[in-house]
Amino acid sequence: MTAPAIANAALDDATTVTYPAQEPVRATRDSRPLRLITCGSVDDGKSTLIGRLLWDTKAVKEDQAATLQRDSNGKQNDLGLPDFALLLDGLQAEREQGITIDVAYRYFSTDKRSFIVADTPGHEQYTRNMATGASTADLAVLLVDARVGLLEQTRRHATIATLMGIRQFVLAVNKIDLTNYDRGRFEQISHEFKELALSLGVRQVTAIPVSALKGENVVYDGRASMPWYDGPTLIEVLELATTRSAQTVGFRLPVQRVSRPGESFRGYQGTVAGGSVKPGDSVVILPSGMVANVTKIVTFDLVRNAAVAGDAITLVLDRQVDVSRGDMIAAIDSQPMTGLAFDAQLVALQPEGIQPGKRYWLKSGTRRQRVQVQPASQLDLKTGKWNHADELPMNAIGKVHLVFDEQAIFDAYEQNRTTGAFILIDPDTNNTVAGGMITAKRAALGGIHAEESRVILSLPADLADQLMATELFASRREDVEVRRVTAGKAAEIVDTIDS
Amino acid sequence: MSHNHPETELHNPQSTKPPLDPHLKALENEAIHIFREVAAEFERPVMLYSIGKDSSVLLHLARKAFYPGRVPFPLLHVDTGWKFQEMIAFRDAMVEKYDLDLVVHTNPRGAAENVTPFSHGSALYTDIMKTEALRQALDAGQYDAAFGGARRDEEASRAKERIYSFRTPDHRWDPRNQRPELWNLYNGMIRKGESVRAFPLSNWTEVDIWRYIQAEEIPIVPLYFAKKRPIVERDGMMILAEDPRLELLPGELKREEVIRFRTLGCFPLTGAIRSGATTLDDIISELETATVSERQGRAIDRDQSGSMEKKKREGYF
Repeated sequence: MTAPAIANAALDDATTVTYPAQEPVRATRDSRPLRLITCGSVDDGKSTLIGRLLWDTKAVKEDQAATLQRDSNGKQNDLGLPDFALLLDGLQAEREQGITIDVAYRYFSTDKRSFIVADTPGHEQYTRNMATGASTADLAVLLVDARVGLLEQTRRHATIATLMGIRQFVLAVNKIDLTNYDRGRFEQISHEFKELALSLGVRQVTAIPVSALKGENVVYDGRASMPWYDGPTLIEVLELATTRSAQTVGFRLPVQRVSRPGESFRGYQGTVAGGSVKPGDSVVILPSGMVANVTKIVTFDLVRNAAVAGDAITLVLDRQVDVSRGDMIAAIDSQPMTGLAFDAQLVALQPEGIQPGKRYWLKSGTRRQRVQVQPASQLDLKTGKWNHADELPMNAIGKVHLVFDEQAIFDAYEQNRTTGAFILIDPDTNNTVAGGMITAKRAALGGIHAEESRVILSLPADLADQLMATELFASRREDVEVRRVTAGKAAEIVDTIDS
Repeated sequence: MSHNHPETELHNPQSTKPPLDPHLKALENEAIHIFREVAAEFERPVMLYSIGKDSSVLLHLARKAFYPGRVPFPLLHVDTGWKFQEMIAFRDAMVEKYDLDLVVHTNPRGAAENVTPFSHGSALYTDIMKTEALRQALDAGQYDAAFGGARRDEEASRAKERIYSFRTPDHRWDPRNQRPELWNLYNGMIRKGESVRAFPLSNWTEVDIWRYIQAEEIPIVPLYFAKKRPIVERDGMMILAEDPRLELLPGELKREEVIRFRTLGCFPLTGAIRSGATTLDDIISELETATVSERQGRAIDRDQSGSMEKKKREGYF
């Protein structure tokens, strides 16, 4: 079997690890912790896999092991090991029902690196917790039961992880021991998954045959049972993976708060969300558009000559400008997009879904503003197609239009994972109802937009009705969406198009 | 030094500290971001200060987050009356040294009814003197956000905590209905009476805390370092025997041993460990080879499995 062609070779942060093993491109080792997510369907052994990772990296201490033995009530598997899932499912309700309800964060390390793993539930009803874990992860470990193969939930999780910007995947084909270490079965599942991954634009997939229960190819190799596999173990892949970076666009500082401890000091506090900055740089303050120069970068015990993405700093400017929380200080020669309308993809996280036209709170960076959300399409997980949708139910992945009352400031999520991400908050319940990613700025309202293959026509109500009554339209319903607008609005749109 | 992170720091000539490694730097940046976010979004934040090592790190990070300004919220110490004497002295010294606002609260009912860990048992005592006292103090101050030093690596139910943990007006935590928390976008929208507990140290581990204390030269209570101290053994724990209120039970013997504490709570409920670790280097290398977890020395975790979750649901930190 050959490795899938790796698309987009221009992106140089890719450590390509493929099966069968080839010498991995050795990335510069990064001592920051690797954040990873484990996902997959129910009962494919996620908790057992993480339990095994913790156990074999000696992250389980004696007293915790004793508690585990006690809680297992002597129920041990045939290897004499306690039920690892109990190590992870810490809530009473989880133990009672034997399932994982909420995302849990675990910490472990090897001699080479430390890891933060988000253990997320497999049940569809808890997809929001999977999305939560995926939003900050550098890498996703997708589990598949070797006996069962890929499921819709596998596709859902791979899709959400991809949307959230994860580009490194490990496919752990678990319970391989229960197939008598069937190489053909492993290769078939790997092949199927790689097809899926390629269709999602994923560049890095490492497939590993694993027995989490027996600890084969997790931390220790499984050569004794699987001499046919000479690829890396899971921990080897994790040790070599790269962390994600937010440095692909110019300098961005979403202002968290203004620091004015006395008359003589005025600084703008925030975490650099992209690029870098140094004293002397010219910056623009958005949305006002005022321009200033950086005089100082202040931190607690250091005067800095530069700051880069991730640094929590206080910035001092050379002139009195009006800057407040929610504003963005950005590089003058590489500014984010500003506008009143944007396109985005989102995941609906709550039972009430996303209602068309409802006004939500949107929080992005430090900016919170009102937004009207218009669903456009929903992803069909079985076919991979985007179908027209007027509303988005819970767990749906959709494309939406966002319309603001006042200037919004964004980058495309592809370009900056901080300034391109947002959450929606329901003003009635204060609950977080969606996580979203900006795809593009939208032109003036109305008009004709080529959106993927679907065309939207905005027409006066009578014309719209006439068109929709035609036979021609009936056959093109999939491709054309017709919206009714007032005659005045339609005239305005025509003017815009003409000019 | 990370190879991805260019050398960007001009050292303050007065500082002899080497720059932080990228792992600790990332944790520090995240914590400072959370501190600033809460301070900007809430009207009346407060920081829970329990005087232990995590509290010391939390306080240090708060000072960094708001520099050159003062820490813009008070510290709240829920005093059970049964803290180690050295901890109270340390607390007062920190408040003085860093010009902090300190609020101390003890449950008046507990004080009036003379609730002690000996007379009422650890579970009831903790409920009255810690959980109930905390709720009283938060209500009295009308705080809408409270910082805590909890880490997700401490205990199974803590691993499930959000960084912004939503609490109902009666301070309850519902682990089954937590707000999704994506990226570093925290949802701080609440109604009157509701509150949020914010945990800037969520992603830190015990070793991270010690390595940071060492790197940043953060002062901590001397009880963390090994020394010859008077102890008695009770319920399989070594209890510090310096407080006159500790009455020896029949058969118990006070003796001196070289011990230290890995975690500090109320002295009758916190077990010491035998250790010769007198420096931060010693402590870190001891930890790296430790075969038991940090909370092994805490009686209140051991009442039953899931007892921390139960306490948290009722409002405990």
